[in-house]
Amino acid sequence: MYRYDEFDARIVSERVAQFRGQVNRRLSGELLEDEFKPLRLQNGVYLQLHAYMLRVAIPYGQLNGRQLRRLAVIARDYDRGYGHFTTRQNIQFNWVALKDIPDVLESLAEVEMHAIQTSGNCIRNTTSDHFAGAAKDEIMDPRPWCEIIRQWSTFHPEFAFLPRKFKIAVTGAEHDRAAIRVHDIGLHMRQRGDVVGFEVHVGGGQGRTPHLAALVNEFVPETELLDYLEAIMRVYNRFGRRDNKYKARIKILVSEIGAEEFRRLVSEEYAAQREHEKIALPPEEIARIHAYFAPPELTPASGPDAAFEALKAEDKEFARWARINLHPHKVEGHASVTISLKPVGGAAGDATDAQMMTVAHLAETYAHDDIRVSHAQNLVLPHVALKDLPAIYRELKAAGIATANESLITDMIVCPGLDYCNLANARSIPVGQAVQEVFADPDYQEDIGRLHINISGCINACGHHHVGHIGILGVDRKGEEFYQITLGGRADEKAAIGDIAGPGLKADDVPGALKRVVDTYRDLRTDKSELFIETLARLGHDPFKEALYAAD
Amino acid sequence: MPLIKHGAEIDDIWAYVPDEADLSPGGCITVSLARFRSEREILLARNTDIGVRLDPEDDPHELEEFLDRLQLIEISFPKYTDGRGYSQAQLLRRRFNYAGELRAVGHVLRDQIFYMNRSGFDAYETARADLHEVVEALNEYTEVYQPAAAGQVPVYRKRHKG
Repeated sequence: MYRYDEFDARIVSERVAQFRGQVNRRLSGELLEDEFKPLRLQNGVYLQLHAYMLRVAIPYGQLNGRQLRRLAVIARDYDRGYGHFTTRQNIQFNWVALKDIPDVLESLAEVEMHAIQTSGNCIRNTTSDHFAGAAKDEIMDPRPWCEIIRQWSTFHPEFAFLPRKFKIAVTGAEHDRAAIRVHDIGLHMRQRGDVVGFEVHVGGGQGRTPHLAALVNEFVPETELLDYLEAIMRVYNRFGRRDNKYKARIKILVSEIGAEEFRRLVSEEYAAQREHEKIALPPEEIARIHAYFAPPELTPASGPDAAFEALKAEDKEFARWARINLHPHKVEGHASVTISLKPVGGAAGDATDAQMMTVAHLAETYAHDDIRVSHAQNLVLPHVALKDLPAIYRELKAAGIATANESLITDMIVCPGLDYCNLANARSIPVGQAVQEVFADPDYQEDIGRLHINISGCINACGHHHVGHIGILGVDRKGEEFYQITLGGRADEKAAIGDIAGPGLKADDVPGALKRVVDTYRDLRTDKSELFIETLARLGHDPFKEALYAAD
Repeated sequence: MPLIKHGAEIDDIWAYVPDEADLSPGGCITVSLARFRSEREILLARNTDIGVRLDPEDDPHELEEFLDRLQLIEISFPKYTDGRGYSQAQLLRRRFNYAGELRAVGHVLRDQIFYMNRSGFDAYETARADLHEVVEALNEYTEVYQPAAAGQVPVYRKRHKG
């Protein structure tokens, strides 16, 4: 993984000093809250329902053991013993006191971490495939380019006060696990002959007006990527709407002027760049950053591992976990392991300090000191030898994080909702838990197969409900919470926005209604290999809507 | 209002003439882009220095062919959260090679001045930061990741200096 050199380290430690000054000026009253707001926001500090919340960046979701240990210590010493991993591969602490935040940032800087641009109307953490560098279906590792984008976007002087927040995602595999079509810019790595480049999608997003990104350029060679991004950003900064916060994202600009006109504006700006304006990142810098992401040295296994096979035969729970939570690895005899943070009845994405310590220890002992955060709010050990799985499983089980449900129906994306967030209209966590209860039986959920349920507690869609196979949106109607169900969304390379099925349901009715929908799918599928989303596409939504609103 | 330029507080010899007011016969004046557009011949024929004030929605391309006859361009920040002025500044300085004074006016706060300086501003009209603070803000970061109008060498070049 990337390691800071003297320049990176200096920039991050100067940031800590700067923010310490800003906090002092706020605490002394010299800065008004209104003026402090954009400063704290560019450093991930939100004022939430109960307290300040600190969001720490985990660039493209990658951590090492030392960093995860430090997050655990912060959770223990400054929070209430847990942290919340987010859909943008970051971590949030919900109970940190403002006066302590400079110390927390200093502690993070010691392990090469920061909270820079984790909020505010600027370029946010670049997200990526959580199996990057490991997945069997990967064509190119997107992480070096995520790091290049991280550096380019950090304190970019021209793009610190954009019309609205800005999110970039990069993927390098055919199967898109980074949801690039619902990002402000989605980059898909491509190769033409010897040249690596990017397919550029612009203007995707969720929120109250969901849009899929438009294809703006089929191939931008890697050496031109940053200059092309500069052109997109300048067009957005100059022409994006600023009169209405809800119409300020780039998706609205692209849809109002049309993809064709947007493409013309970007091409015109790009063509106008003069030689001295170009970044034209030097090849030696591209090579320097790539060197940090060299694959770990793994020895391919010659055949099945005896210990792994034996434990599968004797321990049904282990066998189930191994069937569900492992992802195919490039190297024979290895796998990427998903550590689910979605136990039935838990809060999605939450991990205690002790659990973080366990994962850090496992990564250091067995997994090349590499940990990822997935946008589905789970943790991943990307490089694990099958022979080490029994030992890893035992420790995960003891720590309460061996739930076997990766991509199954109980592996839901759930925003914090009304329990924490001051934007929310409705609770998310309790509704998610009630839905989980209905599908809790391990045989039942395995029979259902891959099915993504995503829940948001308000129209801002942090819980990605628009792109859930089944989406749940909490709304407030005259003081009562209702839940609107959407069907048919997906976040992958076949990205689609779900359709609203009909009138909202009361919280208590949601689990039963979803069970009827899912059982309808089990009745109608051709066989177990046809996923819910595929049956839905084959038959249309009517039978499922009927089931949703049928009386029990 | 205090004016800070090149690390010192200086006297402001310029006056902005609102669109509805008559042009004064002498002195250094700035006008809006709209007025510059409609009264350009008269303005450029004067024996005095001329400046133009850009609002966020103004297109700096309009000034391109007149830049060597302007001594001041003011970029207005009605709200500090409106970042269009940074793009205007970069266009003027980097694409059009504007060499005169580039002044930030309006809601100019201490914590935006670092970005403004990097984008090509060299003067700040601000009631919300004193000289000491502005100088401090300009020096908060010693390294930068990207090229910009102010010309600081980005780290991706420094890393590979032989």
